[in-house]
Amino acid sequence: MLNKITKQQVHHVAKLANIPIDDSEAEKLATGFRETLETITDLQSVDVSGVEPTHQVTGMENILREDKVDDSRTFTQEQALANAKQTHQGFFVVPRLIKK
Amino acid sequence: MSESCKYHLVCGMEVHAELKTNSKMFCGCKNDPFGAEKPNSHTCPVCLGMPGALPVANKKAIEWTIKLGLALNCKINLFSKFDRKNYFYPDLPKAYQISQYDIPFCYEGVIETSHGPIRITRIHLEEDTGKLLHKEIKGEDVSLIDYNRSSVPLIEIVTEPDIKSPEQAEEYGRALRDIIRYLDIGNCDMEQGGMRLEANISLQENGKEGLPNYKTEVKNINSFKFAKQAIEFEMERQEEILEEGNIPKQETRGWDAKKSVTFSQRTKEDAEDYRYFPDPDLPPIRFTTEQIEKIRKDIPKLPHVLVKEWKENYGVEERYSSILFNSPSEAKWLEELFVLSKKEGLKANKLVGAMVNKNVKYNFTDKVESVINEFKKLNKTDDVSDDDLIKIIDNVIKANADTVARYKAGEKQLINFFFGQTMKALGKKVDGGLLRKLLTQQLDK
Ligand SMILES: [Zn+2]
Repeated sequence: MLNKITKQQVHHVAKLANIPIDDSEAEKLATGFRETLETITDLQSVDVSGVEPTHQVTGMENILREDKVDDSRTFTQEQALANAKQTHQGFFVVPRLIKK
Repeated sequence: MSESCKYHLVCGMEVHAELKTNSKMFCGCKNDPFGAEKPNSHTCPVCLGMPGALPVANKKAIEWTIKLGLALNCKINLFSKFDRKNYFYPDLPKAYQISQYDIPFCYEGVIETSHGPIRITRIHLEEDTGKLLHKEIKGEDVSLIDYNRSSVPLIEIVTEPDIKSPEQAEEYGRALRDIIRYLDIGNCDMEQGGMRLEANISLQENGKEGLPNYKTEVKNINSFKFAKQAIEFEMERQEEILEEGNIPKQETRGWDAKKSVTFSQRTKEDAEDYRYFPDPDLPPIRFTTEQIEKIRKDIPKLPHVLVKEWKENYGVEERYSSILFNSPSEAKWLEELFVLSKKEGLKANKLVGAMVNKNVKYNFTDKVESVINEFKKLNKTDDVSDDDLIKIIDNVIKANADTVARYKAGEKQLINFFFGQTMKALGKKVDGGLLRKLLTQQLDK
């Protein structure tokens, strides 16, 4: 399966990551992906039959907060918009997302 | 769809509802996107998705999710976690939504409708997205984003494909909204997007078992009536395709409320690939059975249970009781009222009838005793002997000989005229049934 990383798959992953790439880049990346996956495949040889699956490594559980408003971290509208490329009347502005 | 149809509906629903906590799901920002005085005024590094910001889950939102689950007869996962659902869209500044993938808080519940039960597959908790507005500004087509709604706690309730008719879908939506409101955990304001409906719709040939080999998903339905209409529209559309020997496309469709049609939005070819994985920022959550039982104890009796109990215990008809209350505190007040009316030997059903018809004015802040007194006053009759009553009736008859003649000639509705005249002459309140009986007796002499 590992030998079969196709250009299409690379394009798919690039699209999901929102990174524009052209065909020649896809070609190069396909090779790169293969090498990375081969390295990761080495992990498959480790015997984990006695290891419990885990979701995380900190060992922490139930880190929750009470339902209280904490104004101390709230931005003003100006602060919230400070790094935006484009704004309009207090909104962030992006190119139109839905076709008319 | 025609009556003689050879297909039946197979439908499941996905409903999103915002929880009305004070603060947002993963940060301390105010949860009030509809009440905000201006856009992007309830945000912080967490809900704007700034690098390094650390989300911390809102305990109350989790407890409320479990509360709803228990009210819908769900099982609860004592161990649970949050996962990242990855996708690029500007309504989510982090490029992922914190949601729950394989271990939702609640699973395998059931909700009753008059068309039969609907199984609940799961209820999970996630964060809402920012709100988008699509506009033209200075000749440029743009989308405007307000992140006040970003990270507001959002529950998703998913059903099994048990819905058998458009009417049942509508009833399910309303029932779910009523329960969420009754539990006091969400406003479910449909117009403002506080509750959103999606329906997975397909048709199966009658007599065939199992699920059809396709389904269409209609998204962004913002009223129960539209849900019913969208399903009706899809049933007709899909029937036509099936009748032509084709299979409807597996796709996501939107609902156009103005034209009352569904329209294609996205086909399976560009189906989502969300690459879920456990969110390393949020440690997993573990409940004890005792904690779950404590939440269960907090759940008030639901309206349909009360309505049934009140019918059995106090003879109160559903047509009255089902419209009398909207909250557990109002239900408690009514229960007190029924207990007292029973003690006083009054018919509770007559009492609520008078309340519904506004003959007895009441307020949920009133003492139940005063409402009972009000009702007693209404039904109080003065003592008048039958003989006295007959004397007055005879006077009325004498004074209205013409009308008596018409009555005798067949205009029986004139009894009401005599009734009114007698009451006027009497100047007292008497038992209406008795008066009517005596009137008929004297008139028919
Ligand atoms: Zn925030």
